[in-house]
Amino acid sequence: MEVTTSHYVVLSTLLMLVGVIGILTRRNILVLLMSVELILNAVNINLIAFSASQQQVHGQVFSIFVITVAAAEAAVGLGILIALFRNKHTVHADEIDLLRW
Amino acid sequence: MLIDQVLFYVLAVLILGSAVMTITRRNVVYSAVWLISTLVGVAGIFLLQGAEFLAGVQVIVYIGGIMVLFLFVIMLVPLEEEASQRRFSNQKWLALATGLAVLAMLAVIVVRGIGSLDHPGPAPPPGPASLTQNSEAVGRVLFTEYLLPFELASILLLVAIIGAIVMSKARRRQTES
Repeated sequence: MEVTTSHYVVLSTLLMLVGVIGILTRRNILVLLMSVELILNAVNINLIAFSASQQQVHGQVFSIFVITVAAAEAAVGLGILIALFRNKHTVHADEIDLLRW
Repeated sequence: MLIDQVLFYVLAVLILGSAVMTITRRNVVYSAVWLISTLVGVAGIFLLQGAEFLAGVQVIVYIGGIMVLFLFVIMLVPLEEEASQRRFSNQKWLALATGLAVLAMLAVIVVRGIGSLDHPGPAPPPGPASLTQNSEAVGRVLFTEYLLPFELASILLLVAIIGAIVMSKARRRQTES
């Protein structure tokens, strides 16, 4: 059985599912951020697979932008995490309930 | 062709196994190391699909940049109390059910679309943006057709750098007063 575009789509779906379950179940904000990276990588696999099947380079350019946004998101997210830890002394998402009443 | 199949399945198992290990480990450092393994697998998938430039970008930016940032932040957060606490949130079974519902929806979409995916009709003629010389093609399109988004991305990175510095900087004036 030849490896086709649908193989890559299925792989990307499963990787995104792992990321979604990670975001929904874990408490540690660091692991939540890592799960976001997993989801962005699933998107990139899809973009590259369609770029190869259509013989167009645009998917790869979009993928570069996705990686750029991931880098910016990681920097800002970890900055927020450091500020949060300085103020609340916790990295658990369910203990940060400042806006809840 | 056979080597392609073997490589694809090896990389798929590496990616999915490492991803599951990433979200289940108790120690965050182990999670980060397993995530690096996932990212290496994704870079391998990029190579398999003929996107050499992106595989390089993946290794340099993700593994060399983002993951080092993650590991630095992990070192700033004390891990001893973390390791003794429970990993998963209170609603973990509800969350797992939601995840399976997401899987069901995505499966319906993928199964419906998969028939038309592998027979996409006649392939479009390779235009000026075809995939012959990968880095050259990516660079050419990036600096002509996508010039404005490219510059916007650089502004986004600048804003992210400033934002990260401002947020993680100690507020000395507040602590003194």
